[in-house]
Amino acid sequence: MRRTLFESFAHGPLTEPSPGAGEAELAELAQSVNRAARTTLGRSLSIRQVDAGSCNGCELEIHALSNAFYDIERFGLRFVASPRHADVLLVTGPVTKNMREALLRTYNAMPEPKWVVAAGTCAANGGLFAGSYAVAGGVKNVIPVDLHISGCPPRPVELLRGLLALLERP
Amino acid sequence: MTVLGHIPYISLAGGHRPWPRALVGDEGWHAAIDRLAAGELTLLGLWGDAGTVHMALLDEASDIAVLSYTCNDGKYPSVGANHAPAVRFERAIRDLFGLDAAGSPDTRPWLDLGFWDVEQPLGKRAAARKTASYAFLPAEGEALHQVAVGPVHAGTIEPGHFRFTANGEHIVRLEQRLGYAHKGVESIMAGASLEQAAKLASRVSGDSTVAYAFAFAMAAEAALQVQAPPRAQYLRALAAELERLANHLGDIGAICNDASFALMHAQTSILRERTLRAADACFGHRLMMDVIVPGGVAREISPDGISQVRGLLAEIRKIFPRLVELYDNTASLQDRTVTTGIVRPEYARRFGAGGFVGRASGRKFDARRMPGYLPYGDLAFETPVLEAGDVNARVWIRIREVEQSLSLIEQILGRLPGGKIRVSAEPKRAECEGLALAEAFRGDVMAWLRFDADGRVARCHLRDASWFQWPLLETAIKDNIVADFPLCNKSFNCSYSGHDL
Repeated sequence: MRRTLFESFAHGPLTEPSPGAGEAELAELAQSVNRAARTTLGRSLSIRQVDAGSCNGCELEIHALSNAFYDIERFGLRFVASPRHADVLLVTGPVTKNMREALLRTYNAMPEPKWVVAAGTCAANGGLFAGSYAVAGGVKNVIPVDLHISGCPPRPVELLRGLLALLERP
Repeated sequence: MTVLGHIPYISLAGGHRPWPRALVGDEGWHAAIDRLAAGELTLLGLWGDAGTVHMALLDEASDIAVLSYTCNDGKYPSVGANHAPAVRFERAIRDLFGLDAAGSPDTRPWLDLGFWDVEQPLGKRAAARKTASYAFLPAEGEALHQVAVGPVHAGTIEPGHFRFTANGEHIVRLEQRLGYAHKGVESIMAGASLEQAAKLASRVSGDSTVAYAFAFAMAAEAALQVQAPPRAQYLRALAAELERLANHLGDIGAICNDASFALMHAQTSILRERTLRAADACFGHRLMMDVIVPGGVAREISPDGISQVRGLLAEIRKIFPRLVELYDNTASLQDRTVTTGIVRPEYARRFGAGGFVGRASGRKFDARRMPGYLPYGDLAFETPVLEAGDVNARVWIRIREVEQSLSLIEQILGRLPGGKIRVSAEPKRAECEGLALAEAFRGDVMAWLRFDADGRVARCHLRDASWFQWPLLETAIKDNIVADFPLCNKSFNCSYSGHDL
């Protein structure tokens, strides 16, 4: 263990520079109805993630945000276990009918002001699963969405750009 | 003797490849059930069709066969009544097709949680009626209490519900309720073009996207009687082994993290990220989605990718042995993993559990060997197997498989053949069917499909390894403490989406 820890000091951090906020995401946020809330939320956000029936590909890349290369917590963004502690609801998946109520309840459990980020193609419009009897077809059909991050799945750096846009002041 | 050698059947379906599909009556269906119950055959899958139920069977010493039973009045004799691994399939078939397993020990719904607008979406598609509330299995006794968890969990995890009944800290019963990730994959498959269907198959379980695309492509190629060129076969195996490597590295760290040993998680996450970056450099996608397509692979590997993979192998070989030593020498970690969550070998055999769940409990089955598929016959590798069946054994199987995948990748790069990467896989204007198994990191994925006379996918069924592993988690957790559930669950790492379809 000592050797592993020592080497970690010796080779310096693997963490990469900030990719900066995404242009598309900033543009979408500029239109957001919750714009007024952005000054109140400040530079630190707690994120609650809900998988609303994704294929788990998006989850893998969200997990990657916590590794040494992306280190999401250095930006003041952190994942929390309870919706009661969250400012941001990060939703993946086409929202299956079986998850619709659980998603709604999670959203309702969050205190105001709150934002919803829909990550991935499925969360945007249902993706390949749109039109199925079993999906609601996109997060916006169930709860209001402030920001979309596209990709199937979005790369960690794309997720990071989108989430960093939330921290930019209008 | 072959599977069908022991089972009386009426006739063989034409155009089912590479193994036969036989139409059976009551006699043949019951003969199969008896052989399953006696442990002479392994259930590979049980799925519905219009008025018919299909059952895929494996004889590990010989071959594979599919039996088809035509239902009278929407009923077929229950397999689950005598062979427990079939029970959840039968519940799913009733929810989707409205076909009833006569004599089934459990008639509760499975995938239909009461939120759909239609019932029996692949059967009569009637407007949904109000459903009765779901009755969890009872556990009675003084001082017992229930803990309900999910479908929304505390972390970034897929959705599912776990109902624990505990006596103090000790779990006396766990019952899973799944289906929250059900997207209706089989209904969207029906009528899809081959290209569209392959994309869908790649999104059944994102962590196994390569394995699903591999299984689906082999099933389609079997049906259409085409073969991917040698270079494509090797590139497929490269993608499959990179996927296995990335998942195992992620799992080893995540299991340790659930025992609060964050250092291992931090270190393996670095190796996992490097693996995904190498995959991205090779094929232009970190998870390698849509790389494998019917007929071959969609794109050529980049020269830069090959050198990145070589660098990756060197890096993992340098770092990984030290992490393994760390795992082995940390008593506080071993205290959590050794003797925790034991899967009894007889259950692993009976359920035909694949992957690390089966191999940690003495079941050596590996689809890369039996039935076997190209190019694995040309490559040297070992399938590790242990008997202990605990969390520790499932970690060790992953460790050994990381080593095997490194060796496989080296062999693949060393003898990557030249030539074409894709042949035409155009559906013919005739009905035909194909079946294939591919070894995902968590076990064998089965793909079965039928093309219609217009060259579209008429029916496609994809069976994840998790179907046979989820029930074993219920048995493994009994008498363990509630706090060890995340550890046990991660050591299984079953797919919710792959199971729920």
